Amino acid sequence: MRKLLFQSLVRAPLTETPPLPEGAAIAEVGASLAERARRRLGRSLSIREVDAGSCNGCELEIHALNNAYYDLERFGLRFVASPRHADLLLVTGPVTKNMRAALEFTWQAMPDPKWVVAVGDCGRDGGCFAGSYAVGGGVAAVLPVDLHIPGCPPPPVEILKGLLALLDSAATRPGS
Amino acid sequence: MTTLAEYLSTQHAVPGHAPWPRVLVDESAWSIALGALASGRWSLLDLWGEPGMIHMALLDSALPYAPAIGVASLAAPDGRYQSVAQFHPPALRLERALCDLWGVQPIGLPDTRPWIDHGAWGLRHPAGTASIAPDTPDTPYPFLPAEGEGLHQVAVGPVHAGIIEPGHFRFTANGETVVRLELRLGYAHKGIESLLAGTPLDRAARIAGRTSGDSTVAYQFAFARAVEAALEIAVPPRAVYLRALMAELERLANHLGDIGAICNDASFALMHAHCGVLREQVLRAAGAAFGHRLMRDAICPGGVAGDLTEPGAAVIRTAITEIHRRFPALVELYDNTASLQDRTVSTGILRPALARLYAAGGYVGRASGRDFDVRRAFPYPPYESLAFEISLRDDGDVNARVWVRIREVEQSVALVTRILDSLPGGPLDVEPPHANGPREGMAMVEGFRGDVLVWLRLDGQGNVARCRLRDPSWFQWPLLEAIVEGNIIADFPICNKSFNCSYSGHDL
Repeated sequence: MRKLLFQSLVRAPLTETPPLPEGAAIAEVGASLAERARRRLGRSLSIREVDAGSCNGCELEIHALNNAYYDLERFGLRFVASPRHADLLLVTGPVTKNMRAALEFTWQAMPDPKWVVAVGDCGRDGGCFAGSYAVGGGVAAVLPVDLHIPGCPPPPVEILKGLLALLDSAATRPGS
Repeated sequence: MTTLAEYLSTQHAVPGHAPWPRVLVDESAWSIALGALASGRWSLLDLWGEPGMIHMALLDSALPYAPAIGVASLAAPDGRYQSVAQFHPPALRLERALCDLWGVQPIGLPDTRPWIDHGAWGLRHPAGTASIAPDTPDTPYPFLPAEGEGLHQVAVGPVHAGIIEPGHFRFTANGETVVRLELRLGYAHKGIESLLAGTPLDRAARIAGRTSGDSTVAYQFAFARAVEAALEIAVPPRAVYLRALMAELERLANHLGDIGAICNDASFALMHAHCGVLREQVLRAAGAAFGHRLMRDAICPGGVAGDLTEPGAAVIRTAITEIHRRFPALVELYDNTASLQDRTVSTGILRPALARLYAAGGYVGRASGRDFDVRRAFPYPPYESLAFEISLRDDGDVNARVWVRIREVEQSVALVTRILDSLPGGPLDVEPPHANGPREGMAMVEGFRGDVLVWLRLDGQGNVARCRLRDPSWFQWPLLEAIVEGNIIADFPICNKSFNCSYSGHDL
């Protein structure tokens, strides 16, 4: 183990330069963030993830954000276990009817101010599962969504761009 | 004692079903099959329905050199038929799901609680008669009782502490020791079978590939093979090799991620970090070579969607070389860290008899002595011409499952190199022809988690009339409940991760 740890010390870090946040995403987020909330948020965000019936593809890519290449926590972004500790609800899946109540409970358990980010194509409108008796029409049909990150699933770098856009719009808006 | 092959040959075969026979059986022949399941001579591969009919896929692996598969179909015009689960427990949740979705009535079903239906659809029996029904979201689910002094319950889910799929775990514990674990699933139910009915082939292939996100290649592969079996298409050699290349990359990515995650559940983050880097390299290579990190929509009925270029192959080789270089040190680290071994050795033991009874697929079965891998038992191209070894253990604990997966990583690394070295040229696909009238096909593919089974009927106009997708998790989830008994609650995450069953694949 010592050898591995030592090698990791002398090796150049794998972590990559962060991507620039997407312009369109910034605009969407900017419109949804109140000034007071922006001041409170600063450049730190606790995220509670809820799988509302996804195929698990989005979860795999969200997981990847924690690996050495993306190292999410360097941006002050971290995943938390309890909705009580969360500022942001990251939702995947078309919102199956069997998950709708649990998703709403999670949202209600979060303190204000709070945001919702829908990840993936089925989070937007049900994606390829739209029209089924068992799913609703995406996250926005249940919760007020501040930002959509499209893709099936979106690669980690796209999720990162979206989340950074959320932070940047909080930090750079005049008057905040 | 009849073998499955003999049994099938004496029944009325349904024409146009490939590659394994499907036979129409009467009630007495149905009983014979139930007897063979109860005695442990045959295994249940799947149980599914359609209007007025119950299908049961069976496996006979008593003769290891000549395993047999077949489907027995029983007409059940009023929905009543003799329950399989009363003689063969692995059928229990399949039958409960059949009741929820199709409204069938298995006579003698030992457990009549709903399974997939949580009373939130506004419908009853959505795949069958689909009658309007008011939602009953507040009806409590009656969990199985556990009685004794000092027992308490711990309820977990469907929203978990980590970033995982939704499901509910109900622990009954005495102090730290789990007396009973019962699962409640169905939260990820998307109605995939109903969505697939009457869908054009290309859209159906897209949906099938989204059944379980970590097995997207396996599902696309199995779906395409079932279509090709039904239409009697031969896929070009280059496409066949590219499919296997994707399948092995998917296996590698999942095994690498999970080996790290299992160690992480024992708070050994170093393995997790290093395995995560290797997994990311595989996904990036897949993204560069096939245009999508998880290789979504890269396999289509008739062939593959895109070609592998020289630069693409070079990227994959680089990733493979990197794993080859770095993985042995991680294996050594796993093997030589006593505090880690302390958590994995003798934790969550799956007895070989249970693995056999449930026909547990993948590393879950192979770590408990069940010598079954579709690539070997029912080889599909190109695996019949590729040499590889199957790792087998019989200690059945978390450690055994980790070791089986370590060996499978090594085998997949070798297979990827072999495939790239022998990649034939030529066309990438053939256009699926329109069949005259309905045709039925079936396929089984070894995903990273185990055998993925697809059965479908094409209507002759380029649509899927019916499609059934069976995830290996159906037969692994109940075993997880069994192996946790007697372990401490704190060891549940590591047991769970060592199985890594699919919620979405199970809930459909």
